[in-house]
Amino acid sequence: MTALLDVHDLARAYPVATAAGECRTLHAVDGVSFTLARGRTLGLVGESGCGKSTTAKLTLGLLPATRGRISFEGAAVTSERDRHWRSLRRRMQMVHQDPLAALDRRLPVGEQVVEPLVIHGLEAGPAARRQKALALFEAVGLRTDLFARYPHELSGGQRQRVVLARALVLGPALLVCDEPISALDVSVAAQVVNLMQDLQARFGTAYLFISHDLKVVRQIADEVAVMYLGRVVEQGPPDALFHVPAHPYTEALVSAVPTPLRGTQGRIILKGDPPNPVDRPSGCAFHPRCPRAVARCREEVPPLRPAADGRLAACHLVAAAPAAAPAATTARETP
Amino acid sequence: MQSVSAPRAGQRGLPFPMRVDAASEPPLLRLRDFSVSVQGGVPIVRGVELSVARGEAIGIVGESGCGKSITWLAALRLLGHGATTGGAVLLEGRDLTGFSERELARVRGGRIALIFQDPSSALNPVQRIGTQLAEVLRLHRGLRGEPARREALRLLDRVGIADGPRRLRQYPHEFSGGMNQRVMIALALAGEPDLLVADEPTTALDATIQAQVLDLIRDLRRETGMALVLISHDIGVVGDLCDRIAVMYAGRIVETASTQDLLARPRHPYTQGLLAALPTLDGPRRRLTPIPGTVPAPADIPPGCAFAPRCPSAIARCGEELPELAFAAQDQRAACLRLAELLPPGAEADIAAAAARHLELPA
Repeated sequence: MTALLDVHDLARAYPVATAAGECRTLHAVDGVSFTLARGRTLGLVGESGCGKSTTAKLTLGLLPATRGRISFEGAAVTSERDRHWRSLRRRMQMVHQDPLAALDRRLPVGEQVVEPLVIHGLEAGPAARRQKALALFEAVGLRTDLFARYPHELSGGQRQRVVLARALVLGPALLVCDEPISALDVSVAAQVVNLMQDLQARFGTAYLFISHDLKVVRQIADEVAVMYLGRVVEQGPPDALFHVPAHPYTEALVSAVPTPLRGTQGRIILKGDPPNPVDRPSGCAFHPRCPRAVARCREEVPPLRPAADGRLAACHLVAAAPAAAPAATTARETP
Repeated sequence: MQSVSAPRAGQRGLPFPMRVDAASEPPLLRLRDFSVSVQGGVPIVRGVELSVARGEAIGIVGESGCGKSITWLAALRLLGHGATTGGAVLLEGRDLTGFSERELARVRGGRIALIFQDPSSALNPVQRIGTQLAEVLRLHRGLRGEPARREALRLLDRVGIADGPRRLRQYPHEFSGGMNQRVMIALALAGEPDLLVADEPTTALDATIQAQVLDLIRDLRRETGMALVLISHDIGVVGDLCDRIAVMYAGRIVETASTQDLLARPRHPYTQGLLAALPTLDGPRRRLTPIPGTVPAPADIPPGCAFAPRCPSAIARCGEELPELAFAAQDQRAACLRLAELLPPGAEADIAAAAARHLELPA
């Protein structure tokens, strides 16, 4: 069975000018590989600047990649804005963090759900398109009398439902969600998380779900990849990853989740800020902040390889899986 | 652990922990029937009753628009002329609402310091960090010249900023978000306040940096005995640092209890709803239970209990009668008309078990 989405050794670099005026290269994403099956959810977690959102844009072909390849439904994803690229938009859609910014403030929300159908020439005639949009309104739990309203008349949760309806009206196979609930209040966020799970069950859409919130990712994802400075440092099922983290960075991230009544006991506090991606540390990029770093970590880049229980980890200190053990389906070494 | 800011003679802060006899001394800060309305007379905060004891850490949680930030900005009269307040803000028994601007200026930063969510917009972008620290030290401590510089270096060191002499000459844009929040904390500490009001201090920060800043605040409180009001939408953050939590909804406090009791036995349906809506990192994965509907806008707050339209336990009376904060358990109060009828989850089983023990029946 081929995966819906197969990303291999994806990289994106930007030339940047430093304060001193010299030209340097910023490796926003540096050799990321993953696969995503139909109807499944891959969570992408990490701190700001780790390359989560760049990975999303590369995956959708919104940005040209410096290196690597992306295959979606068996075909290569390119960033050339040609006929092929346009037809891809029908099959892969994106949901952003801020629904108010993602919506057109001067167009009634119903029109915005109809618009993708017009652009792609789907459904015959305005009446059929309107019918289809209304069906999506129903699917995302919006009252149909909101159809003619403008975005500013809706609450934050309702706006994010409109964004979801607009993305799903084309029947995409993949939805890339970049922090879709971070701008929502607790009670509304729970509504949207549940809705996304229901929609996935109903339409079989795969999600690439980007979030900094580990609790939300654990709730929604089948598989989680943790990114640090443009690379995946650990990947595996959410419960295994968050309960018994293999990589010291995952361990620190999990331990940084504020938990009532725990206090400081057992908390790992990392020193300093994440390094500037322009000055990527040698060897393992995490070694300057890693409480367990050894000499080897400074010199040698650890490859992402299967650890003993089948998950992937990029750390010299994590025991590799025995050679005889079958590698995980997603296992792939970055050259 | 260095103890550079251990209590010295003449310093207002007391060592932590401390016990204050409530009968003999007023609380450090008390909001009495405090209300805020904005232009057009729309009430934003309604009848808030809250006391902060010396050295206590109290968390204020609630969704956006429930008045948690406005309460504290209004208490320090930082909202400008558009807002009108009612009730009293008692700092050691003296009402701040009657203070002149000049007297209030000594309280802000000197007795009560504030830090905000976005440190880079709270700091002055065109002034060096050293200048901003020197200003607070001059205004609140009367320090100038070399003593002020020494104190500024000590404060930077205390909040974990290395290379102080160089840092003092830098501007906020040369610092990362986490470093700027440390600078904000240093500025807040410069006036040696008795109370730090921190409004979403870590919301704009990354997870690992958030953990660093929360840890710093915890250590500083342990050393200086400073009381803390931590405003956050994140029950995890508040529960991590605070002894007591007050839950706000639509401009009112709907429940207060010790952190442990609030999380283990929430009594108000809104608190119960908030906790059920949160995903967790541990335990079995279960479907989230969202609260239906959304927080009402301040101009459309329903009569009676404002939570009634979203409440699964609401009855007709809830739409008419305003519930007051009432005794729910030892040190726990909730504003719900059905408080007595709606026992905490598991209480029926507890009562049945207790009854069974008395009657010597199998539970």
